[in-house]
Amino acid sequence: MLKKVKAFWKAVRRLSGDDAYEQYLKHYARHHQAAGESPDWHPPLSKAEFFKRWQDEKWSGVKRCC
Amino acid sequence: MNKLLNNSLWLLIAILGASAVGGIALNRGENINALWFITAALCVYTIGYRFYAAWIAATVLRVDNTRATPAERLDNGRDFVPTNKWIVFGHHFAAIAGPGPLVGPTLAAQFGYLPGTLWILFGAVLGGCVQDMVMLFLSTRRNAKSLGQIARDELGPLGGTAALIGTFAIMIILIAVLGLVVVNAMKHSPWATFTVSATIPIAMIVGLYMRYFRPGQVLEASALGVILLLLAVAGGRFIDEHETLRGLFNHEGLTLAWWVMAYGLAAAILPVWLLLAPRDYLSTYMKLGTITLLAVAIIMLQPNVKMPAITPFIDGTGPIFGGKLFPFVFITIACGAISGFHALISSGTTPKLLSNERDIRMIGYGGMLLESFVAVMAMVAATVLDPGVFFAINSSAGVVGANAVDAVAKISAWGYPVSVEQMQNLARQMGEATLFARTGGAPSLAVGMASIFGSAFGEGMLALWYHFAIMFEAIFILTTLDAGTRVGRFMLQDMLGNIWPAMGRTSWMPSVILTSALVVSGWGYFLYIGVIDPNGGVNILWPLFGIANQMLAAIALCVATGILIKSGKFKFAWVTGLPLLWLITVTSTAAWQKIASTDIRIGFFAAADDLADKLATGVLPAEKAAIAPQLIFNLQLDAGLTMSFVCLLWLIVFDMLRVCMRYLAGKTVLPLSESPHSSSRLVEEWVRD
Repeated sequence: MLKKVKAFWKAVRRLSGDDAYEQYLKHYARHHQAAGESPDWHPPLSKAEFFKRWQDEKWSGVKRCC
Repeated sequence: MNKLLNNSLWLLIAILGASAVGGIALNRGENINALWFITAALCVYTIGYRFYAAWIAATVLRVDNTRATPAERLDNGRDFVPTNKWIVFGHHFAAIAGPGPLVGPTLAAQFGYLPGTLWILFGAVLGGCVQDMVMLFLSTRRNAKSLGQIARDELGPLGGTAALIGTFAIMIILIAVLGLVVVNAMKHSPWATFTVSATIPIAMIVGLYMRYFRPGQVLEASALGVILLLLAVAGGRFIDEHETLRGLFNHEGLTLAWWVMAYGLAAAILPVWLLLAPRDYLSTYMKLGTITLLAVAIIMLQPNVKMPAITPFIDGTGPIFGGKLFPFVFITIACGAISGFHALISSGTTPKLLSNERDIRMIGYGGMLLESFVAVMAMVAATVLDPGVFFAINSSAGVVGANAVDAVAKISAWGYPVSVEQMQNLARQMGEATLFARTGGAPSLAVGMASIFGSAFGEGMLALWYHFAIMFEAIFILTTLDAGTRVGRFMLQDMLGNIWPAMGRTSWMPSVILTSALVVSGWGYFLYIGVIDPNGGVNILWPLFGIANQMLAAIALCVATGILIKSGKFKFAWVTGLPLLWLITVTSTAAWQKIASTDIRIGFFAAADDLADKLATGVLPAEKAAIAPQLIFNLQLDAGLTMSFVCLLWLIVFDMLRVCMRYLAGKTVLPLSESPHSSSRLVEEWVRD
């Protein structure tokens, strides 16, 4: 039961974008952690900065229908 | 043994489905239980999904689960993100399901419950779901490109331009008609007006909260917003009962229309995070929550459908909109059966999240099935009302007369008895001054939902449920309105940018203000005319929207059919070709009738001529004579628009046929723009966690 509640909560967070920053950090850790190896290396975005970009990108293009 | 069990289960579902569909089709008694609708829908959907969709995915499209999707290949952690299929399904459904599947079935209920229901079920399973799924597949195979880009790459510049113009046109008409629905729901209703206006500052509070106070805490901010929204619904009663405050929110349709336009302009210019994004969160929660609640209530309560299966209005004399069953039921119900707009979400947006091609069936086909189910519930909510009440709410004053006594006499004479007292009682229960001639579908849907919720969860709160339902419809209508205005602005900036590059810069304020104002005046014009039209405006705008939406669907199906043939799958081209043929027939017939019919309730030119004659002979009362020139011009404009839609449609059909003929004759055509196969390396566990 508790497991199901947890899974549901996880889905709600994922759907709403509540955990988008955590997902981004995971993505970052997987793909960009090699500091210094590449000239365009940058540290991960701050939560506020990530959220700004994420929200702006989410709203370009057709996002809602009739 | 297992196989036998499996087969008998499917046989059972088929028999159950067939008897439910047969039951609702053949019932000619007084009442039929809404549970039959739900059963028929679920069985038809299950069979369509299990057999037809599976066959299309495996045999026609040949989805390949070893192939890396754009989300995997172009993963950037922000917009291209391989995502769990249930999450993608949620995003996709939230994006495709708007107010369309609620309004269309409500209006089409004037033909009785049967024609609309059958079209919703079979149109979805054989047409709409197929379109969504095939477009999702094609875009996934093409780096998540949009419909317009795919059309340009595969058919040529003509196809691309047609898709672009079609999208822009449909956006303008859609926003106008949705604006009209909201205005009609708020007209002289201080409670509704207050609740709907309150959604704007509430959205801003939520926006500020998640931008500055607690950045990124989406759920906290949304929970706050939902609580505030519910308080605003309850607070509306206080406003309604307060002598002076009441006056602040009690307005004519026209005043409200100007406010809606001002709001649209502001929303297109203000940054997304302040208004658009937070409003979208709230509307998505409200949408998912209310639809679930409605499904639970219908299953718990099992209300009886009181509307007859078929009404005499199939002959074209219907009070809500003129026109015969064929083709107008197929135009009126676009969203819920087949909707061209979905092709814009299925291409470009959803593929950026798709982690594996095997999920295409569930997300594309399944997402549309769920929207179709929403349309069935809207049909139930409209038809559980007494037919007399339904027609009294939805017939405009221009058709049944502005006087309540005349209106009930006329509606009762059609064979749907209703009395003034009954309507007054109902209005009082719902906390409204009157429910006569509240066209647009939102008020009657709200009354239907309120009576279902009221019986399932407590009678005492009918007025609260009614205004909750109005708020629920208004909030995502306004979301479509501001998101649509913004998209229209981007498209316009893009087009103007070709002529004058500075206009194409999306952050240059003069360009932003100019293009936003142009888009708002585009839909604002139709909204204005709709409000001053004594026949309610919805009767003109909704069919126009339906034609535009079906035209966009036909464009998408043209692209899909062309690609199937170009990929050497000629023998399967009927999968998209037959729905396409049907849409061409329906759209062209409807457009022809709207242009050429001599019936003034159908033909635009006939209505314009009739009005011009009346104006010339001086039989119009003064207030009608004053607006007659505007109405005449508008009718002619609508005729011109309809004509251009249908020309655009035939142009792209011929373009597609040209490409296909060339391919079949072995001549050169544009190459398939499918991106090459690269193997998926996603480790199952982490994506599908």
